[in-house]
Amino acid sequence: MVPLADYLVLSAVVFALGLYAVLTRRNGVAILMGIELMLNAANINLVAFNKYAAPGAVQGHIFALIVITLAACEAAVGLALVLAAYRSLETIHVDEINVMRW
Amino acid sequence: MTGEAIAFYALAAVILVSGLVVVSSPNIVHSAVALVPAFLGITGIYILLGAEFVAGIQVLIYAGAITVLLLFVIMLTEGGTGLRLQQRNEQGPVGASVAVAIAVLLIAGVTHTTWGRGAGTLPAYTPGAIGQSFLGTNLLAFEGTSIVLLVSLIGAVIIARKEE
Amino acid sequence: MSWSHELWRAIEGTVLIFSGVAVLAAMFGVLLERKISGWMQSRLGPKHVGPQGLLQTIADTIKLLQKENIVPRNADATIFASAVLVVPLAALLDYVVIPFGTTRFGPLIFRDLNIGVLYFAATSSLVVVGILMAGWGSNNKYALVGGLRSASQMVSYEIPMGLALITVALLAGSLSTVKIVAAQARWWYAVEQPLAFLIFLTAAVAEVNRVPFDLVEAESELVAGYFSEYTGMRFALFQLGEYGEMFAMAAMAVTLFLGGWRGPVLPPVLWFVIKLYALIFVFIWVRWTYPRFRIDQLLNFAWKVLIPVGLANLVATAFFVMVVRR
Repeated sequence: MVPLADYLVLSAVVFALGLYAVLTRRNGVAILMGIELMLNAANINLVAFNKYAAPGAVQGHIFALIVITLAACEAAVGLALVLAAYRSLETIHVDEINVMRW
Repeated sequence: MTGEAIAFYALAAVILVSGLVVVSSPNIVHSAVALVPAFLGITGIYILLGAEFVAGIQVLIYAGAITVLLLFVIMLTEGGTGLRLQQRNEQGPVGASVAVAIAVLLIAGVTHTTWGRGAGTLPAYTPGAIGQSFLGTNLLAFEGTSIVLLVSLIGAVIIARKEE
Repeated sequence: MSWSHELWRAIEGTVLIFSGVAVLAAMFGVLLERKISGWMQSRLGPKHVGPQGLLQTIADTIKLLQKENIVPRNADATIFASAVLVVPLAALLDYVVIPFGTTRFGPLIFRDLNIGVLYFAATSSLVVVGILMAGWGSNNKYALVGGLRSASQMVSYEIPMGLALITVALLAGSLSTVKIVAAQARWWYAVEQPLAFLIFLTAAVAEVNRVPFDLVEAESELVAGYFSEYTGMRFALFQLGEYGEMFAMAAMAVTLFLGGWRGPVLPPVLWFVIKLYALIFVFIWVRWTYPRFRIDQLLNFAWKVLIPVGLANLVATAFFVMVVRR
């Protein structure tokens, strides 16, 4: 049986990849992709703990399903914002969206 | 090497390689398309962990809907025409070191803890158990999530609407 | 079971499904389409190649195989080539959960997943990513528009399809296709749930981009939609994916609504095949009878008609199951 630590290490690496994308990419959509990777890493953690630490209940699965649902909501609203920003500012590179600064 | 270990390492390799393409490809359409193997690899991990219903929902929602949404927005905004522009901002090294530091911290913490094993087994028919739980102990979370979905649906439609 | 045994079984199943679909769906499907459309238009279909034109599709495939593989100049070659893999793959993955019959060793199904119906909905939604990749990778504005329209159509019609699937799963008490067929011992679900049956058939026709919902690939509208720029073997693979998906939808409709392989005298697999080809005949008949919808008409139809009706049907069925059957 694969030890629990392996799943947690995988999740940590995917989280770090998502974090790198959020911190260093200029494109708004690429930042949202990094956020999705981070949410998936959290989900792997939840489901892995459900199987290894609390196998009698499905609490981890419930939590993971709710996280998936909320990630879908947040992706929808975030992408709507990117579209609206593109329409009025003609760019989606987040370092060029600085019109509210003086 | 048991079959489970081979499956786990193969899936982890798929996830990490596609994840690297997602976060470091200069072509944003390649990044979005590389999300699909990453999500399918994570689906495989869920199946290894016995979470079949979550695996089905992951394919349906992540690989089938969120990826499509991302591709739509890429194609409706400047998308691939920004290919030759720089896709990384000036915080490249700092961001990489922060990400690596967090990964190292988490991995060190995880591998040096002894994790206890819980008792019991996963229910054989997980959709039924999840359904009972959603309408039983987790009813509040279920209803709250439905309200959040409704609000975000209406909000996304209003934000993205063309000003007439 | 050891993992090498499982791997071997998976490879066997893949080869079987691919060759089965290639022969039954692609070959016979295309031929049936041309023959039946010919008879409905008072002409004969293909009749020169082979007896009664039966080998026509083989001749077509050989013709396509020897054509040149053209990649447009400024197209994104990686995405252009990988799109061809995604669409048939998603179509072939649908066949894993369909019970073709029953033997004394158990149901004749590749894998009786206990989330069978959910798996089917999930793999049908993977086709959309392939279509978007094909539309984008062709570097052609007609292909791009066709791809975007086709993707929005398929995403919109997944919801009524899912509602119809949930209604049937609610009645049978399980998401497993084998249990759903077993639960139809007395009446078919097409009799108990005619509305869900019609909704599923309509959504299935829209998911496969067939008339009356085929604006995205009609020759008079967008050349060939998202696969305008594909030639030779790649075009053949797209056609395989499209016909394979049509047969998968029909097979799922037979499993969920028409009692699967159940029938009195003949062997189960024969009943399945008869019902499957009856539904395929209905699909082809609808294609050559109706004109096509505009894109805004078909999206309105999905969101404003099919989804409310499907939801109302689901609520009524849930009420029935909880209150009346108790």
